[in-house]
Amino acid sequence: MQKTIVKVGMASCGIAAGARPVLEELQTLLKGREDVELREVGCIGLCFHEPLVEIDRQGKRVIYGEVTPEVAKQIVEEDLGKNAPLGKHIIFSTEGDAPENAMLGKQVRVVLRNCGVIDPVKIDEYIEHDGYEGLKKATTSMTREEVIKTVLDSGLRGRGGAGFPTGLKWKFAAASKGDHKYVVCNADEGDPGAFMDRSVLEGDPHSIIEGMAICGYAIGADQGVIYCRAEYPLAIKHLNIALDQARERGFLGKNIMGTDFSFDIYIKEGAGAFVCGEETALMASIEGQRGMPRPRPPFPANSGVFGKPTNINNVETLANIAWIINHGAEAFNKYGIGRSRGTKVFALAGKIVKGGLVEVPMGMPLREVIFDIGGGIPGGKAFKAVQMGGPSGGCLPESLLDTPVDYESINATGAIMGSGGMIVMDETTCIVDVAKFFLNFTQNESCGKCPFCRIGTKRMLETLTRITEGKGKDADLDLLEEICVQIKDGSLCGLGQTAPNPVQTTIKYFRHEYEAHIREQKCPAKACTTLIHYTINEKCIGCTKCAKACPVGAISGELKKAHVINDDVCVRCGQCIAACPVKAISVE
Amino acid sequence: MTQCTCCATAGQEELASRLMPMVEKYRGKKGATIPLLAEIQKSFGYLPEDALHFVAKALDMPAAELFGVATFYSMFRLEPEGKYVIRLCRGTACHVQGSALVGAQIQRYLGIPEGKTTEDGMFTLQYVACLGCCSLAPVMMVGDEVHGKLTPESAVTILETYRKKEEGR
Repeated sequence: MQKTIVKVGMASCGIAAGARPVLEELQTLLKGREDVELREVGCIGLCFHEPLVEIDRQGKRVIYGEVTPEVAKQIVEEDLGKNAPLGKHIIFSTEGDAPENAMLGKQVRVVLRNCGVIDPVKIDEYIEHDGYEGLKKATTSMTREEVIKTVLDSGLRGRGGAGFPTGLKWKFAAASKGDHKYVVCNADEGDPGAFMDRSVLEGDPHSIIEGMAICGYAIGADQGVIYCRAEYPLAIKHLNIALDQARERGFLGKNIMGTDFSFDIYIKEGAGAFVCGEETALMASIEGQRGMPRPRPPFPANSGVFGKPTNINNVETLANIAWIINHGAEAFNKYGIGRSRGTKVFALAGKIVKGGLVEVPMGMPLREVIFDIGGGIPGGKAFKAVQMGGPSGGCLPESLLDTPVDYESINATGAIMGSGGMIVMDETTCIVDVAKFFLNFTQNESCGKCPFCRIGTKRMLETLTRITEGKGKDADLDLLEEICVQIKDGSLCGLGQTAPNPVQTTIKYFRHEYEAHIREQKCPAKACTTLIHYTINEKCIGCTKCAKACPVGAISGELKKAHVINDDVCVRCGQCIAACPVKAISVE
Repeated sequence: MTQCTCCATAGQEELASRLMPMVEKYRGKKGATIPLLAEIQKSFGYLPEDALHFVAKALDMPAAELFGVATFYSMFRLEPEGKYVIRLCRGTACHVQGSALVGAQIQRYLGIPEGKTTEDGMFTLQYVACLGCCSLAPVMMVGDEVHGKLTPESAVTILETYRKKEEGR
């Protein structure tokens, strides 16, 4: 008899939401049950329902959300004991209606095919799901040129942000002469708000190893390096386990699959620098130096890590490779529109009902991703903007929600596809404050090499800070626009060249918000603390809760009498508003 | 026999005994600077100035190269840190969900600005770029534990439980 599989989501996000006690409870309760297999899996993407437990009976699947140890106990007693699924807590089911059926149903899973399905540290489960079939097919039945042609024909483009055709990159590296060549996996996922690479590294590390090995075969490399940010300890742990297993089974090492192809991989931990996501800075960091970009040419394909020919791809790009080799270029190419083929993973976060990871065919309109899949804005608030592409991207307004998500259409708006972070903002988010937030980030992370980026981002941040404090001048908008152009022209790498994007797009689409700050000293979203004032209105019942909650002692008043806020002391932290039972505190 | 002057003090001898195994491990290896610094930091809890000078001398490289790398990457610290490091996420999703207010309240509660350590050596407050738990925003890590969906109030309550745990010992 086939076993019933019980899967617990044990990625970083699941653990953070409390999956460990759930797992421990299930381990205790299921001890001795021969008919049930308990499996720790990666992230399935339904982050807003974590912790998750899935019951899989030969493909008949039910997923429970918001599982506590008590709910886990009920699942064991009812579902696994009496074959009677709980009514409550079911969020997905192949056997009937469930709240998230539509959300999962609209997705196409290529990159995330194994995330949340297999135990990432068990190589046999990966192999059961066609694992290492792509590597076998490539090395034993295809020439190097055929592998490169398949990747070219698939239309796959770099998923790290720039969208350069992957097959072309491989072709250049293959044509380059050298005694050693490197394949580098860029796992320095630094974009705040993007976490798809973490999810793949934690939930399906073998797919990255296989993708790199296929690339190694195609370009004639013998050494792979995974450059992973140190902030992802679980990803590094899983990668190390997976590398050992792959070596043990002969998928890495000498004479892979009995051929003359030899290839191995080591992990290089990053040390915290956003600019290291840029390929030349990343190579400098691998070499042990300060991660500062250098001019290209020479391109990495000719002179990369330690001066050797190098091919660099990001995690999501590599996760596609084995699937493409296995299923053929056409199977991949049939998804997508225009020059953007295949699927793309997006990380939905911010003011959105269903935050998590979704994988959709390229070309789906933004509106469908945010509203149909992501469930729209919580609390009945109005949509204001979606931020795409992190610090290099831009904020798009409601009027552009019908833009299809493909490289060309998104670039045309002034934002970029980037690594796929989508941060949704509602009417309570101040757009000038968001621009300031990103400039603060790029100003901090600028490596300092190019003066335009180093000094320009600083000047822009000062100007934006002035505007959010109500001290802006009309000329500031012109000044900002001028500096934007100069930074773009005067910077060597992608960080500087795209740093102005958040400011340019917000001025383009939300100029009125800037003007309200400058001309009326008003923040329309009521978020900029120096431009708002808290007052207590006549609804006050004198319960003293606000005075107790105030961290700076700005509220005074006697019991059962109206209270007053001292505006000079008030820090606008919002804790009185949260504490007030009668909504007596207004913000102007 | 005269004694080597660089190891004249007891402190230097101790440094040598702790650092030489690491120096030997990475001597002559390509791209070893970052893992070497990471190992020193793991052993000492931070990068003591003396240790960097010692290693630079032992590897016959300019100390400026080590300091250059140490100050470039945010993971490296030149000052000791508290027992619990609070890593408050300042990623976009957390920012949109109000992490600035959470940070301000933690600063008031601990009486320290970002990047500093409390006088009792209990907490160090750091702002970090993104912890990748965006759907739980706003998020902070205290030590190795992640706490999500914070409010200014709940963040302080969480820190108080750590403080009580220590006082109970």
